Amino acid sequence: METLSHLGHGFSVAFSPMNLLWCLVGTTLGTAIGVLPGLGPALTIALLLPITYQVAPEASFILFAGIYYGAMYGGSTTSILLNTPGESATIVTALEGNRMARSGRGGAALATSAIGSFVAGTIGTLGVAFLAPVVVKFALAFGPAEYFSLMVLAFITVSAVLGSSSVRGLTSLFIGFVIGMIGVDLQTGQPRFTFGMNELLDGVDVIIAAVGLFAVGETLYMASRRYAGKDEIVPLKGSLYMTAAEWGRSWKPWLRGALIGFPIGAMPAGGAEIPTFLSYAIEKKLSKHKEEFGTVGAIEGVAGPEAANNASAAGVLVPMLTLGLPTSATAAIMLSAFQSYGINPGPLLLTTQADLVWGLIASLFIANVILVILNLPLIGLWVRLLKIPAPQLYAGILVFATVGTYGISQSPIDLIILYLLGAAGFLMRRFDFPTAPVIIGMILGPLAETQFRRAMTISNGDWSVFYTHKLSLVLLILAFIGLAGPHIWAFIEHRRRRGPEHVPGDA
Amino acid sequence: MLNRRRFLMSTAAAGAAGFVATHLTPAFAQDAPQIQIFVPAAPGGGWDQTGRTIDQVLRSEKLISGSQITNVGGAGGTVGLPQFISQWKGKGNSLMVAGMVMVGAIIANKSANNLSEVTPIARLTGEFEALVVPADSPFKTAGDFVAALKADPTKVPVAGGSAGGSDHILFGLIAKTVGVPATNLSYVPFAGGGEALSALLGNQVAAGISGFGEFSEQIKAGALRLLAISADKRQDGIDAPTMKEAGIDVELFNWRGVFAPPGVSDADKAAMVTMIETMAKSDAWATECKNRNWTPILLTGDDYAKFLADDTARITAILKDLGLA
Repeated sequence: METLSHLGHGFSVAFSPMNLLWCLVGTTLGTAIGVLPGLGPALTIALLLPITYQVAPEASFILFAGIYYGAMYGGSTTSILLNTPGESATIVTALEGNRMARSGRGGAALATSAIGSFVAGTIGTLGVAFLAPVVVKFALAFGPAEYFSLMVLAFITVSAVLGSSSVRGLTSLFIGFVIGMIGVDLQTGQPRFTFGMNELLDGVDVIIAAVGLFAVGETLYMASRRYAGKDEIVPLKGSLYMTAAEWGRSWKPWLRGALIGFPIGAMPAGGAEIPTFLSYAIEKKLSKHKEEFGTVGAIEGVAGPEAANNASAAGVLVPMLTLGLPTSATAAIMLSAFQSYGINPGPLLLTTQADLVWGLIASLFIANVILVILNLPLIGLWVRLLKIPAPQLYAGILVFATVGTYGISQSPIDLIILYLLGAAGFLMRRFDFPTAPVIIGMILGPLAETQFRRAMTISNGDWSVFYTHKLSLVLLILAFIGLAGPHIWAFIEHRRRRGPEHVPGDA
Repeated sequence: MLNRRRFLMSTAAAGAAGFVATHLTPAFAQDAPQIQIFVPAAPGGGWDQTGRTIDQVLRSEKLISGSQITNVGGAGGTVGLPQFISQWKGKGNSLMVAGMVMVGAIIANKSANNLSEVTPIARLTGEFEALVVPADSPFKTAGDFVAALKADPTKVPVAGGSAGGSDHILFGLIAKTVGVPATNLSYVPFAGGGEALSALLGNQVAAGISGFGEFSEQIKAGALRLLAISADKRQDGIDAPTMKEAGIDVELFNWRGVFAPPGVSDADKAAMVTMIETMAKSDAWATECKNRNWTPILLTGDDYAKFLADDTARITAILKDLGLA
C-alpha cells in the first residue's frame, strides 16, 4: 500500500504540464532515434547530458526515460519494414516481421509490436514499482556459473532459428562465434583476430553485422535475381491493423514475452537480446502456425520478442534504481546524469530521492501511453514505404544502411566491414545458409565464453560449480530437457505404438 | 554499443554565449578564445565527462567563449590518439583529455603512438581506488585480506574492471608489495563497474577493487565493507585507512589530465597552462569535483611531464609482471 501512495505522489510529479511536455519530447525523440540505425538511446542521452545543468532533475530524468522507452518502440519499425535493425534487441523482430511485411501484413506486424511493447512495457513498469526488491535479490543470485548455464539453455533454444538443415545452421552459428571473438579479450586484455588494426580492438558492432547480413545481403540477392522473378513485396493485404485472428494469436506471446524479458533484463548481465531469442524459440515451439515461420512470417514471432525486448528495458531499471547498478550503456549514462546533480545513485536512492524515483516510474507509465498513441497512427504512414517499387526501395535501404553505419562511428573501416558482411550475407543467401544464427553466435558466443572463464577463475578450475550451484543445475536440467526431451518423448511414443506388434516370440 | 563513436558537437549554449559576448562586450570577446576539446572516448564515460566539465567551467569562468567537443572512442583511447597526433598537430587552441587508462592501453595494445608524442598541459583530477569486501566476508581488515592472499592467492578471487586497467594494475601492485607473484593472482575482470559490483553483492567473489566512487553508496548502505583506499592520505568522511597505513606500501590515483597536440608553440602552451590553472583554482571547478568524487590533483607543465614518465615506467613494469605487456 505504501508503494501505491508513493506511486500516486509520483504521478502528481509527472503530471505537471512541464514534465508532461518533457515526456512528449523524450518519447518523440526516442522513437526517431530508434528508427535510425546507429543512433541509439545511450549516445543520445550522453549528448543531452549538458541539459542537466539547465533543468530540474525530475524533468531531465523524465526526458531520458522517454527517450529510452521510445527507442525501444522505434527500433522495431526498420527491422520490420526494411530488414535493417536499429537496435540489437530488435534483430529477432526482423526475422518474422520482415517476412510479414513482404507478404502484405506489415501493418499488423507494426501494430503487434507497438501494442505488445505497450503491454509488456506496462507490465515491466509495474514490476519495477512493485517487485523491484524481490527481483533484485533473485538477479543477484546469478553468478558467472548461473549465467553460463543460462547461455547453455539459450544455445539449445537457438536451434529454433537454425533453419531446415542443422549442419548449415551450425556453420552459420560458428561463423558468428569467430566474428564475436574479434577484439580485445576481456579476460586477458589480449587482442584476437585484429590483424594489427586498432579499429578492430573493440570488435565488430553487432548492429553493423546485422545490417550487413540482413539488409545489404538481401539487397544484393534481390539485385542478382531482379529479372528472374517477380517483386516479392506485397504492399498491403487486408486490414491495416491487426485482424481478430491476429489479436488472438498475439496476446499470449505478449504476456509470455513480458514474463521472460523482465527478470532477465533485471539481471546484471542479462541484457535485452537473450530474452528476445528465448521468446522467439518458445513462440515457434508453441505456435499452431509453424509453417508460417520463415515463410510468410508468423505474428507470434514478432509479438513475443517485441514484448520481451520492452519488458527487459524496464527490467534494467530495477538494479539501477534499487542498487545504483548500471547494467546497460543507457543506464550507465543515466547514472552519470544523477551525479551531475550531486545525487549519488545507490541503495539509498529510493529513500533519499523518493520524489525523483517515483516521478520517474510514473513518467514511464505515461511514456508508454504516449508511445502507443504516437506509434499506431504512424503505421499507416510507414507501410506506404512498401509501395515503393523494389529497385528504388532496395536502393533506399542500401543508402539508409550505409549512412546509418557511418553515423555509428564515422569510421571507413566500419563501412568496409558492412559491405564485406553484406557480400557474405549474399553468398549465404545464395547457397541457402541462414544468416540469423551468425548474429546469435556473435552475441551469445562471447557472453558464454566470458561467463565460463569467469566461473572457472573464481572456482579455481573446479568444474563442479556448474552443478553444485542450485540455480545453475536447474538451468542445465532445463537445457537437457529442451535438447533430449522431444527425442525421449518420440521414443516413448514410438515404443508404445509399435510395442505390441514387435514383442519377440509373440506370433 | 557505445564503442568507437565519433561525434562532433558544438554546444548550442556555447554558440549563444559566444554570440552575446561578441555583440555586447567586444573587448572581452577578444580575450576569450574558442577552443577545441578532443575526447578519445565515447560520450558518457569518464573522459567525456571530464571534457564536458572543463568546457562548462571554462565558459562559466569566462575563460573561453565556447568550445567544440570531438569524440573518437575506442580501445582505451588508442584509436583516438593517433588521430590527435597526426590531424591536430600544431593547433594551439586544442586539448585532448586522457589519463592513466590510456597509458595502460597503449602498453597492452602495443600501440604505435604514445603520450610522449603529445604536449602535457595539466594533470587535473584523480580517483583513488578502494579495496572492498562483501558485508559478510570473513576479512575484517586489509591485513586479513593480505594474509589470505599470501596463504593462497588462487583462493582469493578479486573482481574489478577490464584486464590491464587501473583496478588490475592496483591489484598487481598490492601483490608485488606483499610478495605474492602477480602471475598467481585470481583476477576476475568485468566490463563495467556495475557488473563487478553485482558480483560482490551476490557474494560471487572474495573482494573487489575499483574507483572509490563506484562503491561509495554501497559502503554507506552497509552492503560492502571498505578495507583500504589507495589515496596518499586519509580522506574526510571516509572511515578507512590508506593502503600505506594498512601496511601495503602502494599509492595510486586513476588520474585524468589534458594534453595539447604535438608541435604547438611555447606561447600557446604557456597560455593553455595558465588558462587550465585558473580554471582548476575556481570555485566552480571545486564544486564539480566534489559532486563527481574527483580528487583535484593539479600538476602542470614540466612537473606533469616528469610524473607521466614515472607513471608510465611503473605501469609498464607491473603490466609485464601481470603478463600483459
